Amino acid sequence: MQAAGLLSRAALEIDAEQVTAQIVHDLREVVHGELRRRGGVVAVSGGIDSAVVVALCARALGPEAVLAVLMPERDSAGDTLALSRLVADSVGVPSLVEEISEPLEAIGCYRRRDEAIRAALPEYTPEWGIKIVLPGLLGSDRLRLFSLVARPPGGEERTVRLPAAAYSAIVAATNFKQRTRKMLEYFHADRLGYAVVGTPNRLEHDQGFFVKGGDGLADVKPIAHLYKTQVYRLAEHLGIPAEIRERPPTTDTYSLPQSQSEFFFSIDHETLDLCLYARNEGLSPEAVAPAVGLSAEDVRRVFDDIDGKRRATRYLHLPARLLTGPGAAAPGAIGEAGAASGAQPSP
Amino acid sequence: MVETSTVERDLRRFLAKNFPLGRNADSLGSGDSLLEAGVIDSTGVLELVGHLEDSYGIEVADEELVPENLDSIEHVVRYVETKLGST
Repeated sequence: MQAAGLLSRAALEIDAEQVTAQIVHDLREVVHGELRRRGGVVAVSGGIDSAVVVALCARALGPEAVLAVLMPERDSAGDTLALSRLVADSVGVPSLVEEISEPLEAIGCYRRRDEAIRAALPEYTPEWGIKIVLPGLLGSDRLRLFSLVARPPGGEERTVRLPAAAYSAIVAATNFKQRTRKMLEYFHADRLGYAVVGTPNRLEHDQGFFVKGGDGLADVKPIAHLYKTQVYRLAEHLGIPAEIRERPPTTDTYSLPQSQSEFFFSIDHETLDLCLYARNEGLSPEAVAPAVGLSAEDVRRVFDDIDGKRRATRYLHLPARLLTGPGAAAPGAIGEAGAASGAQPSP
Repeated sequence: MVETSTVERDLRRFLAKNFPLGRNADSLGSGDSLLEAGVIDSTGVLELVGHLEDSYGIEVADEELVPENLDSIEHVVRYVETKLGST
């Protein structure tokens, strides 16, 4: 959809009806034909991606053969559960709530996270709200380091740069949330003979914005080939309630509200979608700049960031390696991402 | 005052010890981008900054977090030298 080598904002337009029909057909084939499962489990978070996936599953497998699992915990936003219920009810699938604060407490998720936070901010107590942020990407070549934003009850927000060990420990502890949820999804999938249906979109999948063994783990990922902009388009077509479609993308993982942009992507998803598409198409920064309203220099920064995230998260996509040697099985590999799903979508 | 060669030796040792692709630090060109070569990622930059602050008693200010200071052995050595010279 480029004219004279320039990127057009129309590049990501889709025929929602046709895309829906294709996914519904393929999902049914994969779940019933390949996986031999009788239905699908979807973790519904109140966000746009899981809403679209559960709606697609309902169409592909029948609403009665889909289970929406709602798994809030103590740091979830106040409206998470109500929005998740709204999604499940709007597509007519049965749902159940698994509150995961207790298992997270038992495994030390909050304690380990809080210990790591105190290494960077000794006065922190669990009553404080926190989130992790990255500086903006545009307008500067500054290397972007993670900072902790923390706010005591009734007090002023403060920001501290995180030492590497503290940052890694906070993220590692927080990843218990995604992994605990996945454990419960597989519990219900095993119990019912269902497949676990994953919800990452193309941005998240390509850029490695998922937890290995957590939200990165699934039997099928029906929207991992769709840019976020296209997921919104499908949401409209599928009749996802406006409350969900108009909610800004959030991680819903830390106790202070945290957008996906400030934690990981650094720019809004519409711009990043177009830049990722352009990167995959081999377009130059100059060809992309007018469509996204950025300078060519800023587009180059976005391209560099895309490449850097691909390098840094490559291992998340790699299947488990089977080694060869005396007594070993035939060479091969099995893993959650799988070669077929493609770490970096080809143009 | 720390000798330039000492800073570089220490840096190469740090990279070799902490980053799998830094194990060939001896063959890493002084001007090669550590990020582009995949030696360090954004968490690695955090580690590098922490190492410099702990080892040399310097404070890396936010505005100094630029590739010209931190993205190659040559740049890091010059940056540390300058910081030590100015303290």
